[in-house]
Amino acid sequence: MSDSAPIITFDHVDKFYGDFHALKDISIRVREGERMVVCGPSGSGKSTLIRCINGLEFHNSGVLTVDGVEVYEDSKHIYRLRQEVGMVFQQFNLFPHLTVLENLTIGPIKVRKVSPSEAERTARKYLERVRIPEQADKYPSALSGGQQQRVAIARSLCMESRIMLFDEPTSALDPEMINEVLDVMVELADTGMTMVVVTHEMGFARKVADTMVFMDAGEIVETAPPDVFFTNPASARCRAFLDQILDH
Amino acid sequence: MAKAIDSVTFSIIAYTAIIGGIVWLAYSGAQAMGYNWQWYRIPQYFYTFTDDGFQWGEISVGLVKTLTLSSIAFALAVVMGLIVALLRLSGLVVCTAVSVAFLELIRNIPLLVLLYLFYYVLGPIFGFDRYWASILCLSVFHSVLISAIFPAGINAVAKGQWEAATSIGMSKGQAYRYIILPQSIRFMLPPMTGEVVHMVKSSAIVSVIAVAELTTIGRNIISETYMSFEVWFTIAAVYMVVTLILSVGVSFVEKRYAVDT
Repeated sequence: MSDSAPIITFDHVDKFYGDFHALKDISIRVREGERMVVCGPSGSGKSTLIRCINGLEFHNSGVLTVDGVEVYEDSKHIYRLRQEVGMVFQQFNLFPHLTVLENLTIGPIKVRKVSPSEAERTARKYLERVRIPEQADKYPSALSGGQQQRVAIARSLCMESRIMLFDEPTSALDPEMINEVLDVMVELADTGMTMVVVTHEMGFARKVADTMVFMDAGEIVETAPPDVFFTNPASARCRAFLDQILDH
Repeated sequence: MAKAIDSVTFSIIAYTAIIGGIVWLAYSGAQAMGYNWQWYRIPQYFYTFTDDGFQWGEISVGLVKTLTLSSIAFALAVVMGLIVALLRLSGLVVCTAVSVAFLELIRNIPLLVLLYLFYYVLGPIFGFDRYWASILCLSVFHSVLISAIFPAGINAVAKGQWEAATSIGMSKGQAYRYIILPQSIRFMLPPMTGEVVHMVKSSAIVSVIAVAELTTIGRNIISETYMSFEVWFTIAAVYMVVTLILSVGVSFVEKRYAVDT
C-alpha cells in the first residue's frame, strides 16, 4: 500500500474567503486505495479541503493534483475530473424531483452517456449494495435520512468514481441511522476505494482509516496512522480535541 | 393536511361573507335610492335560446375575447420576460444595460399611458390595429413583472442541488436543464398564477381604446339599457369567477407537483 502512487496531492495549497484564510499551506498526499479520515473542530477547514478536491471550491495558490490532473478554476478537465471523484454531502442533496432510480441514473446517462438500460442495471446493482433495492421507485422525500444518505452514496458509486469524498456524511442523521450508513462505508472501504472522509465518528475512523488527519484553524496539525493518532498524538491541540470528542 | 383543508374552508367562508356583505350593502343602498332592478334582463347577455336555436350572448363573446387577449399577451409576456431575465443575468455589460433600461422604462410608465403610446403612436408607425396594440402593450407591461419571477425561482432551489449536480460532472447547462429548472418551476408557479390573474384583470383597461372585450361589452350594454348596477355587478362577478377558477386550478397543479425537500 505505502508504495502505491499518490492519487491526490496538495502542494503548499492556500485558500482564502475574502480575508479569511481557510486553508494554510496545505501539503498532503493521498495514495490510491488509501482511506484518509479528516477531523477537527468546526471551521477548521476540513470541508473546504475536500471540496477543493473535486473543484466545488478552488484554491488560490499552490498546486493541487487529482488523478494526474491539476485542479484549477478554468481547467478544461474539471468536468472529466469530477466524474472520477464522487462526493457525499452532509445534507444528502438528492434530487427531490427524481425517483431514487432516476437520481442514480441521471449522471451516468447525461454525463457519461451510458445507455439508459445499462445505467439502470448499474443503479440496481449499487442499490443492492447499499441494501435498499426495494426503494428504487420512490421519491427521496419518502425515505428516512439514513436511506437517503445511502442513496447518495449509491449515486456517487454509479458514476464509477475512483475516489470518494465524504463531507460529514452522518452529521445530519438521527443517531439510530448512523450505523446503517457507516456499515455501507466500511464495506466500501473493504473494496479498496480511495476515500477521504470528514467525520467525527471515531469508531469508524479506527476501523477503516489508514491515515488520520487533524486540522485546526486552516492548518494540518497532525497526520498519523490511527494507532498512533488515538493513543499518542503529538500535538496538544489534537490531544485536547480527542479528549473532547472521545470523553463520553 | 387537516390544517390545510381547514384554512381553505375558512377562506371560502370569509370570502363569501365579505362578498355577501358588500352585495347586501349595495343592494340596500340601491333600494333606498329607489333603483329599479331588472335582473331578469341579464341572462340574455350570456346566451339566448330562441326559435333560431342556441346563441351565445354578448357577455360570453366578450369573455372569450378577454381570455384570448390575455392568453396571447401572457404567452408573449413570458417569452419577453424570459429574454429580459436572461439578458439581465448574462453578465455581458451591453445586455444587462439593455435589459435594465427596458425594465426601468416600462416600470415607470403608467399602464394607461403605455396603452395610449402603443395605440396612438406605435400603432400608426408600425401598422398594427387596436387589438394588437392591446396585446403588445399588455405583454410588454407584464414581461417586466414576469422577468423577476425567473431568477427568484432559480435562486429558490437549494444551493446543495447545484453542488450535487456539479459533483456528478454536470456542466452548468446540464445542471440547469436537468436539476435546477425542473425544481424551480414549483417556486415559479404561484407567482406566475398571480401574474395570469393580474393579466386578466389589467386587460380590462383596453376598453378605453374600444377593443370589444368583457369590460367594453359591459359599457356597451349599459349605454343601451341604463342597467349600470346589474351589468357592473355581473361583469365583476364574471372576472371573479374566471380568476378564482384559475387560482384553484393552479393550486391543484401545485399539489400534484409538490416535492418535499
